[in-house]
Amino acid sequence: MRAFELESVEAVDQAVSHRRVHDGEAFIAGGTTLLDLVKLDVMQPEKVVDVSRLPLKRIETLEDGRLKVGALVSNTDLAKHEIVMRGYPVLSEALLSGASTGLRNMATTGGNVMQRTRCPYFRDPDMPCNKREPGSGCSAIEGINRNHSVLGTSEQCIATHPSDMCVGMVAAGATVVLEGPDGQREVAFEDYHLLPGETPEREHDLKPGELITHVILDAPRGGGQHYLKLRDRASYEFALASCAAIVTLDGDSVSDVRVALGGVATKPWRATAAEEALKGQPATQENFERAAEAAFADAVAYSHNGYKITLGKQAVVRALRDATAAARA
Amino acid sequence: MTTDTGKTREYNLSAEKPRIDGTLKLTGGADYAADRNLPNQTYGYPVTSTITKGRLVSLELDDALAMPGVLDIFHHDNFDQLSRSPNSFAEENLTSEPRLPFEDNEIHYQGQYIALVVADTFNHARAAALKVKANYERDDDFLTDIKSLDSGEGDLPGEEQPGDASSLGDADSALKGAAVTVDQRYSIAQESHSVMEMHTSVAQWENDMLTIYESSQGVVFQRNALSKIFGIPPEKVTVISHFIGSGFGGKLFMWPHAIMTAVAARRLGRPVKTVLSRQQEYLATGYRPTSLQRVRLGADESGKLLSIHHDGCNESSPAGKHDDTVSGATPKMYDCGGNVAVTNRLVDVNKCPPCPMRAPGESSGNFALETALDELAVKLDMDPLALRKKNFADADPASGLPWSSNHLQECWDNAASRFGWDKRNATPGAMKDGDEIIGYGMATQSWEAMRQHCSARVGFRADGSLMVACGTQDIGTGTYTIVAQTASELTGIPIEMIDVRLGDSSLPSGPLSGGSFATSTVLPAVSAATREALSQLKTLATAEGGVFENVDADSIELENARLVSGDKSVEITQLLKDNQLGLIDGEASARPGDEQEQYSFRSFGAVFVEVRWDAGISRLRVSRVVSTVDIGRAINPMTARNQVEGGIVMGMGMGLFEQSEFDHSGYPYNNNLADYIVPVNADMPHIDVELLDYPDYLHNEFGARGVGEIGLTGIAAAISNAVYNATGKRLRDLPISIEKMLAP
Ligand SMILES: Cc1cc2nc3c(=O)[nH]c(=O)nc-3n(C[C@H](O)[C@H](O)[C@H](O)COP(=O)(O)OP(=O)(O)OC[C@H]3O[C@@H](n4cnc5c(N)ncnc54)[C@H](O)[C@@H]3O)c2cc1C
Ligand code: SF4
Repeated sequence: MRAFELESVEAVDQAVSHRRVHDGEAFIAGGTTLLDLVKLDVMQPEKVVDVSRLPLKRIETLEDGRLKVGALVSNTDLAKHEIVMRGYPVLSEALLSGASTGLRNMATTGGNVMQRTRCPYFRDPDMPCNKREPGSGCSAIEGINRNHSVLGTSEQCIATHPSDMCVGMVAAGATVVLEGPDGQREVAFEDYHLLPGETPEREHDLKPGELITHVILDAPRGGGQHYLKLRDRASYEFALASCAAIVTLDGDSVSDVRVALGGVATKPWRATAAEEALKGQPATQENFERAAEAAFADAVAYSHNGYKITLGKQAVVRALRDATAAARA
Repeated sequence: MTTDTGKTREYNLSAEKPRIDGTLKLTGGADYAADRNLPNQTYGYPVTSTITKGRLVSLELDDALAMPGVLDIFHHDNFDQLSRSPNSFAEENLTSEPRLPFEDNEIHYQGQYIALVVADTFNHARAAALKVKANYERDDDFLTDIKSLDSGEGDLPGEEQPGDASSLGDADSALKGAAVTVDQRYSIAQESHSVMEMHTSVAQWENDMLTIYESSQGVVFQRNALSKIFGIPPEKVTVISHFIGSGFGGKLFMWPHAIMTAVAARRLGRPVKTVLSRQQEYLATGYRPTSLQRVRLGADESGKLLSIHHDGCNESSPAGKHDDTVSGATPKMYDCGGNVAVTNRLVDVNKCPPCPMRAPGESSGNFALETALDELAVKLDMDPLALRKKNFADADPASGLPWSSNHLQECWDNAASRFGWDKRNATPGAMKDGDEIIGYGMATQSWEAMRQHCSARVGFRADGSLMVACGTQDIGTGTYTIVAQTASELTGIPIEMIDVRLGDSSLPSGPLSGGSFATSTVLPAVSAATREALSQLKTLATAEGGVFENVDADSIELENARLVSGDKSVEITQLLKDNQLGLIDGEASARPGDEQEQYSFRSFGAVFVEVRWDAGISRLRVSRVVSTVDIGRAINPMTARNQVEGGIVMGMGMGLFEQSEFDHSGYPYNNNLADYIVPVNADMPHIDVELLDYPDYLHNEFGARGVGEIGLTGIAAAISNAVYNATGKRLRDLPISIEKMLAP
């Protein structure tokens, strides 16, 4: 681990003014991603700005019914918050399926949005990786890519976005609130994470010097909700495929539906094609399967991850089935 | 010191006792190697090869040497001249990797040490290690996976090991004549020990004496090896390992990090502490080698086995040979009409040397044999349990010797009835529960019962406590506790007053903590040393003016910490006080005797597994495990059951999850605990373990055969057999991962 300078800030404007356009500076919130990567020498900040004391730990309902979540709300507190459990069960389930209790107690909402891929080649500075070192090549495409993406990949990078929480947020609908040297701005959650394309090193729509201050969840959608995470073992593992589903019924047919995918895509993935395929259709197994096919119509398999296409479809079908059952309950 | 071969006597042992070191561990009082901090200590951090094969051409050290706190960097060009250890098991100086660190510039594997940076703090050492630049001549002609070598037909790849081959009867002809046959190939991926406590060495030289704190399963072996390597008498080396956060075989025989740490400490004249990183541990401290196997079975239509062939192949390394002999136990398992032939082969791979991993060889071989038997049962349309029962061996088929004690039939029956095996529907996929298909599978468990020689010292103290010392170690299995229990039983001194000293090579020579032989080896020595100390006490007591003056020493018994003869008795503490003594002690050794030529010693068990397969989401889970094992006497059923349960969980890892992966470039894809998947708490099925209680007094006076490994055997096969019962899919390659379940 390299030595770095550590500075604590108490107010948002202090944090933002601190972080000038400077590659060598990084925020630290819970530290569960950052410190890991600093120890591995993947991230090499010269200065770390501790934002964990900023007054961004509140969860509040806005007048329009949306829910404003401070960037420093811990994953545990968010998952266990009464309004979240009631209005956004898909998000609560997603959060609780991630990591371990200890990690969720440390991890923050902003940090989770910003967590980096678990691609082993990215995490080892001795290996070529376009995300870590643009132009050096992608070790995963030729190497082992069992944990990598089948959706949203490019010839430069096929790394999976690891977050469960973000998949829940994409399904629920959300907005990221940013505070920067040029003031405040808002970005739709779905647009915040970027596809790797030709620039896999650019992961978010975060400008230099900007800080995530809040994530605002859309007003609760109601309906039946379910987050299903599939992995090798029963806990403490990133998703191999996951699906967040929100199903609203009108009698026996689906009047509205949201489908988001994790573990299979380079960013938290909204499966719009699946939603379109199902909307207005009877909530049947055949239609869930049709939606799953639509979700993976553009999937590309690499040497070790073809199974994810099957697994991902299964996640969609089962999550839709169980969300539908919840809607009927 | 006397030698005592032990005598038969009924002890009132078998008591459930929580570990006596539990409080120390929970409160942080247990001093693990990395907890050791010595005055003026420095920190070593290894630099490792990032290529898989080739030559180290040069190291660029200037940047690293200029980093804060760096004291020195050790490597091939400036390392001390040492000698290799003779590496003999019999002489107790075996090491895991015979090469010395930095011995030459050849690179045999990724993760091989190429330098050791020493600095004033751990973080300084690690930061500087990142700055070392190595230039290599890369050789792309390397091998990290033997599976690609298997043609799928005929002989397995590799070099046959003549010492492993054995043949009884005429297995070839018997197979040809058999009405029903099975001929299948199996493989098991490389597994890593994944110990909780990282490998650590803290080395200190005082004058010309070396003390090294290590997480070691064999302090005596390491002491002897270091003595040979540094060319100093064994008395000048002390290896200390008071507590070990699991070893699973990976810490039996010393690895090179200990040697380079000791050299650095000598050169700097300051203590050096080296704690390996998880990534380094995965690459440089051994593993269960990938194995390939072929099993051929022949039986008549009634299910009577007529012939068994078992061929094995495992990885070895150019940096150190290791033979897992996966087929070694097969000739002892079943009565197959005396026709059995086994072989084993080795293939060198560019990885560090493999080494024993809990139930080495046998757990791998058991998977192939017990899966093949299930396949045979299917062909015969016979119940898999009935097939095994029909071929029970009532004497050791390999040697013809009688078993010392064998209650396998009771294990089969008891476990089957607790599991509810009679409710099994043999048709694949016939048992359902909601989204899940249920499968039942079973296998026989087995592990050889061994015993080594051992010395111990027992001392009665004037304060009423008893000291028991032995140069073995407690690797978390409960050795401290069972030694204390035994000493308490032998002397009548309460367990709280027993001070057990282990994990120090300067104590009387004790065995490795491995092979499930620590209990059967150590307790007889403790008993012999107690008798020796007792005879010293008797000498005192019968001396002129003593309490028992003129009493025949043979008539004096030790009861509840008192010497008793007829109606006279004296407290031992009183006797010591009367003689102004603080301590009376005795040292003795014990070793196996002629019984080894007269009987075959082996533990058996039976395991039954229920799996649940949710085909809609490709989810396979083990939901229930029932096992009955016959391990002779369990000195402490609580710690013994815990060993079997732990073995079952580890067997689930072998069956379902664990595999160390290297990509086409030799890159270790998952050398960390996030990507190398082991079972976690949420994977725990309901586990029901029964220990039969048939003391095996032919094995040793305590009747205990040891229990550390048997629990792991059989699980993987029982899982794969249950998967067949659930799905009709026969999975012969471990682990049974999601993609294998999904494959057509
Ligand atoms: C062993 C392990 C297992 C895990 N398993 C899972 C899992 O199963 N599912 C899952 O979803 N996640 C998992 N995680 C990831 C975990 O959720 C993230 O590490 C965590 O959410 C990051 O939050 P943090 O507050 O600790 O971030 P930090 O480490 O403090 O920061 C992470 C990054 O975000 C930046 N940052 C932090 N806050 C802000 C902000 N307000 N504005 C802008 N940038 C910011 C930092 O500079 C840094 O680059 C796991 C992590 C570990 C270590
Ligand atoms: S997949 Fe992306 S992160 Fe992984 S090696 Fe390739 S470029 Fe790097």
